[in-house]
Parts: sequence; structure tokens; C-alpha cells
Amino acid sequence: MSSAALYGYCGAILVGLGLYGVIARPEILRKILAFNVLGTGVFLLFGVFARRGAEAGLRADPVPQALVITGIVVAFSATALAVALLIRLNKDTGEVVIASDDSAESGKQRVRQ
Amino acid sequence: MTLAFACEIVLAGLLLAIATWTITARTAFAAIAVFMVYGLLLSIVWVTLSSVDVALTEAAIGGGVTSMVLLGAASALRGSKGAVASLSLPFKITAGMLCALVAAALATVVFFLPDVAPTLAPVAKENLAASALGNPVAAVLFVFRALDTLLEKVVLLLALVGVWSLSSDRAWGGVPELRLYKSPSPILVFLAQILPPIGIIVGIYMFWAGASQPGGAFQGGTVLAAMWLLTMMARLQDVPSTNAPWLRLLLVVGPMAFLAAGLAGFYFADSFLAYPPSIAKPLIIVVEATLTVSIGVTLALLVAGPPEKVPQQ
Repeated sequence: MSSAALYGYCGAILVGLGLYGVIARPEILRKILAFNVLGTGVFLLFGVFARRGAEAGLRADPVPQALVITGIVVAFSATALAVALLIRLNKDTGEVVIASDDSAESGKQRVRQ
Repeated sequence: MTLAFACEIVLAGLLLAIATWTITARTAFAAIAVFMVYGLLLSIVWVTLSSVDVALTEAAIGGGVTSMVLLGAASALRGSKGAVASLSLPFKITAGMLCALVAAALATVVFFLPDVAPTLAPVAKENLAASALGNPVAAVLFVFRALDTLLEKVVLLLALVGVWSLSSDRAWGGVPELRLYKSPSPILVFLAQILPPIGIIVGIYMFWAGASQPGGAFQGGTVLAAMWLLTMMARLQDVPSTNAPWLRLLLVVGPMAFLAAGLAGFYFADSFLAYPPSIAKPLIIVVEATLTVSIGVTLALLVAGPPEKVPQQ
């Protein structure tokens, strides 16, 4: 196994882990964090494609690298906006979780201000 | 198996363990602290993948500034805990299986990747001389795919507009409240006095070196933003009012310069975002310099959050 393939599998698992966090953690802040982990998994796959595309004296294909740099910045913008929305939601309703109505009832204590 | 590959296996294992910890940690603060370590480890992975530009961006933005925004949110939400509606076990198992399936599908794709990887590296290398830049990644960002980069600056600005519009009507145009430290400790004040002169030089150098070596406007802008935030958090400098004309000007000057250079391309080089070869390099450097400033200011204000204090008249 080459090191590119190793990180490829690593990226695949990171996507799975991040997706699990987005679905299975009810707290919105943790969902945002998990979304970032998911994103890094996708970026890592891009990095693997860049590394495999090393040719012409370059040690990695520059195009996927540039795409990842753009991606990291856009992911940060989305995170900052999501965090601002969360804080506003919390200020207005006191909520910090997203859960469907029945699961929230089974989970008891809902805090409202 | 070589020693280097053994190290890479350990690194990948550590990365996965830390990612699992980030997802499963009990408190939000612990999860974010672990996420910072994750960002740094990930940038080491990027170095081993020979993508140093990405490594710098990941360390600065992915790990650094993102963690800062999340920490600010965690401290703002600290009072309102409880409400942890834990999801049922069957739901978690189903979700886990679904995610394992997605990961397995992606891993299969990685396994069956073609032996000869498609690549644009030769084309990029061939046209590198024409781009007047020595760093192929910077050439892709500012010359070959300049439209992506221009739009991404606009995304940053739109995100800031979105964040600002979440302020209450009364506080619109007011001063953002940095949530991290209400009262700065002496150590923070000391660091905020010592670090900025060094940090500002490092930030400018990163932008300047970005033309021919790893680095660039983003990484440099992030370091500048960090220095500004540091002095604001230590209360050595006031957080500016978001309706200040100079602030609004700094926010848009980079994208406007980029757009102006792009439109000038129609006239001088018959295509949008084409640069006339004789002045390509100085033009790119000027655009990049203004972008560095705009990116720094935008990132710092995204971290500072929506305006909360009523504007002073």
C-alpha cells in the first residue's frame, strides 16, 4: 500500500466519522464541529488525488491543491455563519439542540427561557 | 516497509483516534480543544502529501480560526446547558451503519482508483512561466482559476454580511463583542504587546513569498487577522464599530481590486481576468496585497461576530 492510498482510506473513514457526528450528536455546536471533520475528510481525498497526480517535476498536482485551499476558506465562512445563527437561535429561544419532537420528548429536560 | 511509511501509519492512526475523540467527547470545550490538535496533525499529513500550501492554510484557517469561532460559541452557550436530548440507541446504531456504508463506499473508490492518475500538473508546469509566478499553486489560484478565487472572496464577504445581519435592529452598525475573554489576564496583555510586531512581519512575508514559494494571501491574511484579534482581546485596541467607513473600505478593497484587474483584462488582454504579460507580476502582487488586507479584516470580523453594542454617535 502506498502512502497516498493509506491517507485515502483515512479520508474515507473521516467522512464516515464526521457524517455520524452530524447525524447522531443532537447539540448544534457539535454538529458544526462534526461537519468540519467531514469536510477535512473530503479535502484529504483531494490531497490524495493531488499526490497521485504528481508529474512533470511537481510533487503534487497543483489544481486539486488550489481547490482545497478555496474549500477550506469556504468551509470556514459556512462555519462562522452557522455559529452566528446558533448563537442568535440560543438568544431567542434558549435552544442548543436540534432533535425531532418525539426524540426530544423522550430525552426529557428541554430548557426554555 | 520503510521507517517513513511506518511513521505515516502511526500518523494516520493518531488522526483517526483524535477525530473520533472530537466527535465523542463529552463537553463542547474538550471537543474543540481536541479539534485544534486535529487541525495541527492534519497539517502534518498535508506536508507528507507534499501540499505545503494546503498545510499552511489548514493550520491557519482550518485548525486555528475555526477553533476560535467555535470556542467563542461554546463560551456564549455555556449558561444554557441541559437540553441534551440523547438520541435512542437504535437510532445511533442505524446512523452508525449508514455512515460506515458511506465510508466503505469511499474506501472502495480509493481502492479502485486508476493506475495512471489523471493530472493537470504537466499543463500547469508548462504554463507556469507565462503566469509570471514561481509557485504552481499560486499560479492556479490567481491566474489559471482566478474566477474561483474571486468568487471565494465574495463568499467570505457574504458570510460576513450574513453574520452581521443576525444582530438585533438596535445594534446594527454597532460594535461586535469579542466573547473569548471578558477581562484580559496580564499574560495575554504581555503577549499582545510582544507578538504583533513579529506576527505582522511574518504575515507580510508569507504573502510576499507566496508568489514563488508556499504561502500566499490567505495564510498571510490569517496571521494578520490573528495579530489584530490578539490586541483587541487584550483590550490594547478597541473593537471597531461595524459602520465605520474605513472598515467597510478595507473589507471591499481586495475584491474590488481583483474585479477591476479582471475587467481591465477585457480591454488589455481580451478576456475577463486575463493579465497583460508585460505587467502580469506587478499586477498580481498589487491585487494580492490588497486581498491580504481584506482577508485579514474579514476573518477577524467573522471571529468577532455580529454587532452587539449600540453604535456610538
